[in-house]
Amino acid sequence: MTSSDAPAPPSEPPAIDDLPAADERAALAIDPAVTANSLGDYSRATLARIRGGESGALPVIAGLILISILFQSLNSNFLTAGNIVNLLIQGAPFMLLALGETFALLLGEIDLSIGFVAGIGGTIAAELVKESTGWPWWAAVLAGLVACAAIGILQGTIITRLGLPSFVVTLAGLLGWQGVMLLMLGEGGTVPINDQTINDIASRNLAPTTSWIVMLVLVAVFGALVWMRETRRRASGLVAPPVSVTLIKIAAALVAGVVVVLICNTDRGILVPIEGVPWVVLLVLAVLAAWTLLLNRTRFGRYLYAIGGNAEAARRAGVRLSRIRTAAFMLGSFTAGIAGIVLASRLRSVSTALDGGTLVLYAVAAAVIGGTSLFGGRGKAINAVLGGLVIAAIDNGMGLQGYSAAAKYVVTALVLLAAVTIDAVSSRGRVAR
Amino acid sequence: MSVDSSVQTTDATAGAAPLLQLSGVEKHFGAVRALNSIDLDLPAGQVTALAGDNGAGKSVLIKCIAGIHTPDAGEIRFDGRPVHIRTPRDASALGIETVHQDLALADNLDIVQNMFLGRERLRHLMLDENSMEQAANDTLASLSVTTVRSVRQPVQSLSGGQRQSVAIAKAVLWNSKLVIMDEPTAALGVAQTTMVLDLVRRLADRGLAVLIVSHNMNDVFQIADRIAVLYLGRMVAVRPAAEMDRQIVVDLMTTGASTRTNGGESP
Repeated sequence: MTSSDAPAPPSEPPAIDDLPAADERAALAIDPAVTANSLGDYSRATLARIRGGESGALPVIAGLILISILFQSLNSNFLTAGNIVNLLIQGAPFMLLALGETFALLLGEIDLSIGFVAGIGGTIAAELVKESTGWPWWAAVLAGLVACAAIGILQGTIITRLGLPSFVVTLAGLLGWQGVMLLMLGEGGTVPINDQTINDIASRNLAPTTSWIVMLVLVAVFGALVWMRETRRRASGLVAPPVSVTLIKIAAALVAGVVVVLICNTDRGILVPIEGVPWVVLLVLAVLAAWTLLLNRTRFGRYLYAIGGNAEAARRAGVRLSRIRTAAFMLGSFTAGIAGIVLASRLRSVSTALDGGTLVLYAVAAAVIGGTSLFGGRGKAINAVLGGLVIAAIDNGMGLQGYSAAAKYVVTALVLLAAVTIDAVSSRGRVAR
Repeated sequence: MSVDSSVQTTDATAGAAPLLQLSGVEKHFGAVRALNSIDLDLPAGQVTALAGDNGAGKSVLIKCIAGIHTPDAGEIRFDGRPVHIRTPRDASALGIETVHQDLALADNLDIVQNMFLGRERLRHLMLDENSMEQAANDTLASLSVTTVRSVRQPVQSLSGGQRQSVAIAKAVLWNSKLVIMDEPTAALGVAQTTMVLDLVRRLADRGLAVLIVSHNMNDVFQIADRIAVLYLGRMVAVRPAAEMDRQIVVDLMTTGASTRTNGGESP
C-alpha cells in the first residue's frame, strides 16, 4: 500500500484502510516459500508467521512433543520403540477417518456417519472373505470400499439436491448405517476374518532391509518432486525459495524417514523377534500422499477450498457446487471404508462392538486438533494424520497409565475443545481483521 | 417525458459502432415492469456510468447484460452482431465480465487462485501454478496494481481497495471487452476510492468498455465519460458527462426530468 493512503472515515465501518496493520497481516499470511529469496529471509519470514499465529502444523507438533514428554515422565514405557510402533498402528484408523472427515470439513460441512460407514466397509469385506462366500481378499476389500463410496454418493446427493444440512443427513446416516451393520452382522454379532492378507494389513511388517529400501525410495521420490517443483519456479523467474531451503526440506524428510525406520526396525518382540515398518504405516502414507495431491494440485481440490471459503464465489466462477460436494462426501466415505478395513484387520474380526459414534468424534477431533478448520476452507491432509497421532498418543498414554475409558474420553474432549477454541479464535481474528 | 428520443444522443466516439447496443430491452417480473424499452450504447474505450435511484432498475439492467436475467423483449447487439446472453457463461464467452458489489472472492484462497477460479490452467492434469502466477503478476502489473506484496497472499489479508483491484483484475484477465462494475467504491475510504477509480480509468484507456453503477456523484463525475440515468425502469438520459452536472443527474434520478441545462437538454 502507498503511504499516502488515508484512514477511512469513521462513518464507513466496512472500510478496511488500516494500512500498516494490513501490511503486517499480509506479511504474516504469505507463505515464506513465495516471498523469500534467501535462507535468511526465509527463516525470518517463517519466524514472523509463527509469532503471528499462522503457524500451520506447528502447534500440533508442539502438542505431540508435550504429550510425549508428559507420558514418558509418567511411564518410561511410553517412548519405547515397541510402544511407538503400537501407537502408530492404533492411530492408523483415526488418521484415516480424520483424512475422510477432512473432505467434509473443508467444505464447511460435517460428516457424522463415517464411523459406521467404516463399520459397513469392514463388515462387507469380512462377510465376503468368509469361507462360505469365498471371495478373494482383494475383491472383498474392493466391494467394501465401493459400497462405502456409494453411501457417500447417496448422502452427498441428498445433502446437495435436497439442500438439507449435512449435520442432519449424516446424523441419520450414523443411526441408519449402524442399523444396517447390525443387520449384516446378524445374530452372532461377530464375523471373524481368517483371510491372511487382510489380517496382515495391520499386523504384518516389512522386513528390516526392505524397510530401509522403501524409505529411501519414498524420500527420493519426495525429494525429486520438491526439487523439480522449486527448480521450475526458480527457472520461471517467480519468487522461489533458495536452493538451501529445498535441500533442508529434503534433508528433513530423510531424517524423519531414518528415525521412523530406526524405531520400527528395533526388535519389539517379546518371545519372537518383531521388527520392520508395519504395512499399515505405508497405507496411511499412501492415502496421505494421494489426498494431498488431490487437494493441492487438482481443480477438484481447488474447488473444494473455494466452496469452503466462499460458495457463492465458486458458483459464480462456474464451479458445479453439487457435483464437487457430492464427490467430497464420496471420497470421505471411501476413506472411511479404508479405515474400516484396517480396523477389521487389526481386530481380525468385525463385531457389533464397533463404536462408530466414538470413532467419528475422534475423527473430527483429530482433524481439528491437527489444524483443519470447522468453518471450512482451511486445512490439509497432513493435519488429519498429525491430529490422529495426538488422539492415538492420548489414548495409548492414558491406557499405559491404567486410566479408565471415562478418563480418556474426558481428556480427549478437553483437547478437542482446546483445538476448536483455537480454531474459532483465530478465524474470528481473520474475519475481524 | 418521451423516452426514446432523448436516448440517441451523440457520443464522443460517434462513428465507431458501440461495443454493446441495447435496443428496446424489456424485463418484467410478474406485473412489475422492471425495465421498459431500454436503449443504451456502450462504446469501447469509454466509462459509462449508470445512475438511478433505488428500484430504478440498475441491477436488473446489468443482470440482463451479464446473463443472470434474460430480457423479455428487445435486442442486444455485441460487436454489431445480435446476441442472446442466457447465462453468465454466455456473457463470459463474449468477453463480458461483471465485478459484483460483494466481489465474490474466496478469502481463504490467494490472489492467483481467486483470479483463475473456475478457469485454472492445467499441465499434465495438475494445476499449472507457475504459469497462472506469472499471468496474474503480468495482469496486475499492466493495471499498475503495485500495492500487493505478493500474488500468493490470501485475499483475507488484503485491504478493501486491494480486494476491489483483485476483483477488477480478475475480470480483465480473460481478454474481456466489457467490464460491468456494481458500486466498486462503496465501503472504500478516500484514498482507496481514488486507487480504484484510477484503475477503472486505465481499463477504459486500454480500450475496454466499462459500465459502472454508482450512487456516488463524486465518483460518477470523476470517472465517467457518459452518464446514463434510469428512472422507474426507463432510460431518461444518456449523455456525455460534460453536458451534465450533479443537479441535472439528481433531478433525472428523482423525477425523470430536469429543467436545468448544461450544454444539453433533456426532454
